[in-house]
Amino acid sequence: MAQRALACAACHGEEGRATREGFFPRIAGKPAAYLYNQLVNFREGRRQYPMMTYMVAHLSDAYLEEMAGYFSNLHPPYPPPQAVAVPAATAERGRRLVVNGDASRNIPACTACHGTRLTGMLPAIPGLLGLPRDYLNAQFGAWKSGSRRAHAPDCMADISRQLTPEDVGAITAWLSSQPVPADMRPVPAATAKLPIACGSHPQ
Amino acid sequence: MKRILLLVIGIILLVPAAIVGYEWVHEPGSEETSMPVTDQPAQIARGEYLAKAGNCMACHTTRGGQAYAGGRAIDTPFGVIYSSNLTSDVETGIGRWSADDFWRALHNGKSRDGSFLYPAFPYPDYTKVTRVDADALFAYINTVPPARQPNRPNELRFPYNQRILLAFWRWLYFTPGTYQPQAEQTAEWNRGAYLVQGLGHCSACHTSRTSLGGATDKELAGGLIPQLGWYAASLSADAGTGLGEWEKEEIAALLKTGVSTRGAVFGPMGEVVSGSLQHLAGEDIAAMATYLKSFPATGASRRSEPAIESAETEAMLRQGAKLYETHCVECHRADGKGIPPSYPPLAGNRSLAANPALNPIRMVLNGGYPPSTAGNPRPYGMPPFSAILNDSEVAAVVSYIRMSWGNQGTLVAPMDVARHRGAPIE
Repeated sequence: MAQRALACAACHGEEGRATREGFFPRIAGKPAAYLYNQLVNFREGRRQYPMMTYMVAHLSDAYLEEMAGYFSNLHPPYPPPQAVAVPAATAERGRRLVVNGDASRNIPACTACHGTRLTGMLPAIPGLLGLPRDYLNAQFGAWKSGSRRAHAPDCMADISRQLTPEDVGAITAWLSSQPVPADMRPVPAATAKLPIACGSHPQ
Repeated sequence: MKRILLLVIGIILLVPAAIVGYEWVHEPGSEETSMPVTDQPAQIARGEYLAKAGNCMACHTTRGGQAYAGGRAIDTPFGVIYSSNLTSDVETGIGRWSADDFWRALHNGKSRDGSFLYPAFPYPDYTKVTRVDADALFAYINTVPPARQPNRPNELRFPYNQRILLAFWRWLYFTPGTYQPQAEQTAEWNRGAYLVQGLGHCSACHTSRTSLGGATDKELAGGLIPQLGWYAASLSADAGTGLGEWEKEEIAALLKTGVSTRGAVFGPMGEVVSGSLQHLAGEDIAAMATYLKSFPATGASRRSEPAIESAETEAMLRQGAKLYETHCVECHRADGKGIPPSYPPLAGNRSLAANPALNPIRMVLNGGYPPSTAGNPRPYGMPPFSAILNDSEVAAVVSYIRMSWGNQGTLVAPMDVARHRGAPIE
């Protein structure tokens, strides 16, 4: 499989580990069902990044599933976190939104679904650490504008529309500057109900 | 004198009016009627197969959209044409159409109301389809779940947005008529010709186009695909750039599985194999290969211009060789023979030598996967090098592979690479 997936490494780095300075996200170690959903979303036009759509346009479900499984089982080391120059108050605002959310605006905490250590949750919720801030910002923008979509109910699009640009800036600043825990494996699927319904992670 | 003037003016007005009138009134094929069908399920199954052979869904479905609901943008040199809703929805699809209407569209390029259809719908090819097959297609299309999706108006520039002017286009480029089997050829050859010339509409890309988008007489001798920025290779028997050196089995393998010992499909041909050819029966694929293999050579010279031996050329090829050693050799091997079918050979690969050189340039820039097919479910992919190599480096390595191992290509300039960096890749 490594040979078959060589094309992915051109942007996502060796074994999908990515790089901190680039835009492209790490794919190694993300939950298999999350990666598979994204590959299919690119193929079906729910996510838009021309190079990704071009790559997967004519690949079968079975093959994409195999690729997703391959990268989910790779755990190459993470690079050190990005140094993000934002005022302490901004970082604190980001931390609070990530850890507590904002009940008054119907914004759940990131940790409620992405795991208390933000390492993701099986089967389909990705970890949020070790990602470039540019990439995170771009995703919030794409959810807001509707150019990144998922199966309904599209929980991340709903949440993103509740966030102000300042919220997004604070959240991504804090997330991208966090050290990555030694064990970044996603936590097992929650037995309790998640705070918001997600089409890509049906409960 | 006055009379002569009047006569001249009269002719100037009359000839166009006569052409429009003729195209408007002329209904070839209208004498052909549906044959009664006893086995309807078999007819529908046949129609589904033929719809695959025509790859109707590729254009009439958007990415992730409902099948046959139309709306896909077809970018042309004249503006954007949006494919139409083919589902049986009464308001927005073709639910009100009869089998005769469908036949007329396919055979004579006219809509239900008699207006001329834009030839983005390849009726100059589909006119070869028999009435029996057209009826089967229509029977199948009628079984597709209706989608309520209004057709999107085309965005064509003046004067191309004036449908009536298609009368002149038809006069110049359209010859209605079903495929006539050649008595001196085998049944297999005739079947292949019927599929290639008709539903397969291979000429839509593989025959070069005039400035008005009509097919030239250089049938299947290769053509630039406007707007997409790919070159559809020659299917002639020319050695080097055509199919001259290919065995029939190799052509069949490429069509059916997307890969062969001589090369893999890429670009728009990936969509054709994925949506159409891989689903065709082995004997139909073999028939197409037989027909294609019978094409004569065009006599196009293998090298369009002599390679200039100069210090710069040598330096460029030396740089290309070095880059090849770093980035390409692992898969395509030092002798350029690759490890087919996983890693296509570059030595003798006809896509490389062809002019213009945009295919190898784009493959190096964008990489890509051939389609998953039953015969090749887990294709190997080529990495994109657009972020790793600059224009001069891409030009050097493409020049190197175009001119090594006996390949008869020519040098590529960094400007050529720059031009294709922004080409659409979806």
